[in-house]
Amino acid sequence: MFALADVNSFYASCEKVFRPDLRDKPVIVLSNNDGCIIARSKEAKRLGIKMGVPWFQLKEMQFPEPLITFSSNYELYASMSHRFVSHLEEMATRVEQYSIDECFVSLQGLGKYISYEDYGRQLREHVYRGTGLTIGVGMGPSKTLAKSAQWASKEWHQFGGVLALTECNPRRTEKLLSLQPVEEVWGVGRRIGKRLNTYGITNALQLAKMNPAFIRRNFNVVLERTVRELNGEACISLEEAPPAKQQIVCSRSFGKRIIAYDELRQAICQYAERAAEKLRGEKQFCRQIAVFVKTSPFSSEPYYGNVASEKVQIPTRDTRDIIAAAISALDRIWIDGYRYAKAGVMLNDFTPTGVSQLTLFDENPPRERSEQLMKVLDGINHSGLGKVWFAGRGIAPDWQMKREMLSPAYTTKWSDIPRASI
Amino acid sequence: MSDINFITPADSPDLMQLPLFVDRASCGFPSPAADYTESELDLNEYCIKRRSSTYFVRAIGNSMHDIGLHSGDLLIVDKAEQPQHGDIVIAEIDGEFTVKKLLLTPRPGLQPMNPAYPTLWPDPDQLQIFGVVTAFVHKTRGKG
Repeated sequence: MFALADVNSFYASCEKVFRPDLRDKPVIVLSNNDGCIIARSKEAKRLGIKMGVPWFQLKEMQFPEPLITFSSNYELYASMSHRFVSHLEEMATRVEQYSIDECFVSLQGLGKYISYEDYGRQLREHVYRGTGLTIGVGMGPSKTLAKSAQWASKEWHQFGGVLALTECNPRRTEKLLSLQPVEEVWGVGRRIGKRLNTYGITNALQLAKMNPAFIRRNFNVVLERTVRELNGEACISLEEAPPAKQQIVCSRSFGKRIIAYDELRQAICQYAERAAEKLRGEKQFCRQIAVFVKTSPFSSEPYYGNVASEKVQIPTRDTRDIIAAAISALDRIWIDGYRYAKAGVMLNDFTPTGVSQLTLFDENPPRERSEQLMKVLDGINHSGLGKVWFAGRGIAPDWQMKREMLSPAYTTKWSDIPRASI
Repeated sequence: MSDINFITPADSPDLMQLPLFVDRASCGFPSPAADYTESELDLNEYCIKRRSSTYFVRAIGNSMHDIGLHSGDLLIVDKAEQPQHGDIVIAEIDGEFTVKKLLLTPRPGLQPMNPAYPTLWPDPDQLQIFGVVTAFVHKTRGKG
């Protein structure tokens, strides 16, 4: 048996934990650059506010009560996410973090001692007591069914946020699957959902009743696995250690359009720096560094987007090598006269060690004591005491992400901790 | 500059890395304390029972003088702790956090630790406790 625990309206709920004045208020959280809505509290959902609506549209609208709006405070969300996972780990033997606000929990061997629903309610209570965040818990014999149960626990409030689909109650499972639209099934999505519709499959139960061999022939082996999982056969196991990454991408939309080369170069420098730091966090070396730039595809101006990559002879994770390669890639695709909206750096072709055969005509011999220097760099930057960075990134760039309605970093910065009057 | 360069050993030889043998060759009496080494004391361990449910809160105001809690002190708050009669708690009053002593009998109340302030008797259904203050830190030097 598996459980899927997810935090209700995660970003909006994090914003409320340290703001008792917002308890029953509609709260929304905006995406990067304060673009569109990515989280809504239940009060905001009740006002009919939809996900993905651009902020500038919503700003003009009138609501019976004022909307409380926040920019994304990723420092706060990461800290609260970590606390949420720790609380699950205190009550479960095996936990897989699936996303910032979702975890799979193994319930193996638990059914003999406690009813699954009682356990789900205990998890819910435990997380709420320690974090102030409310979770929903769906349980089932496979991860896909756990996910379906969690979907249903959100859809029907009478379950109180906890629902178990067990083998001893197959009718309940059938009933629920017959009500779940097929594109809501874990791993299906809108595109495959549409194709399934053309075969007359509109709900999860119909998909579950399909012949797995037919699905494999007409779709793929992944969807075949989904069919088996919907029938209670656990095909996807818990991944406690996430597999080593094959690619690292660091990209962002700019707070304003960039027209000057120097500014774009600063941005690329910063993303290269961040990507190199992530690469070291993954304990990998890379051999290929790619850079992409693009203008906004939505505006009326002419569109330009391009990507270039550089190969390094010796696998590296030295920020200096990665910045140098990224800049030379940028120089190949930069064209004057466009208003750039987004850029990014991608690292590919990883190896776990920096070992490789040296060549006689190598242009970039390995740098001396690179490992130690990077260690010092990361050590300073992770200490929370201050930051050091490469000068290429500039001092106070004004293309930086816009976060005008940012809340304090309540749990990660001494100057931002909540205050209480005595 | 002369035409002939004498090659002499460098004044400061290049840094050379040598392995450090942790097992020392015993030349003399071995340290009698070596087998008793413990890790240093950790203030977190002393103040914090449950890391994942502990939050830090800054105290502002002067209603708690009698227990030695002053404005600017750091409160260590365990949100998962079950609030009991007599606990110092962070309560939510009128949309703000406030630090008071929790009374559960004869009826729920919030008592300041300073006679100049009155005890509050909030509606029991409205009384929300953010967490229990398990310790506080008062700096005597280098505030802030």
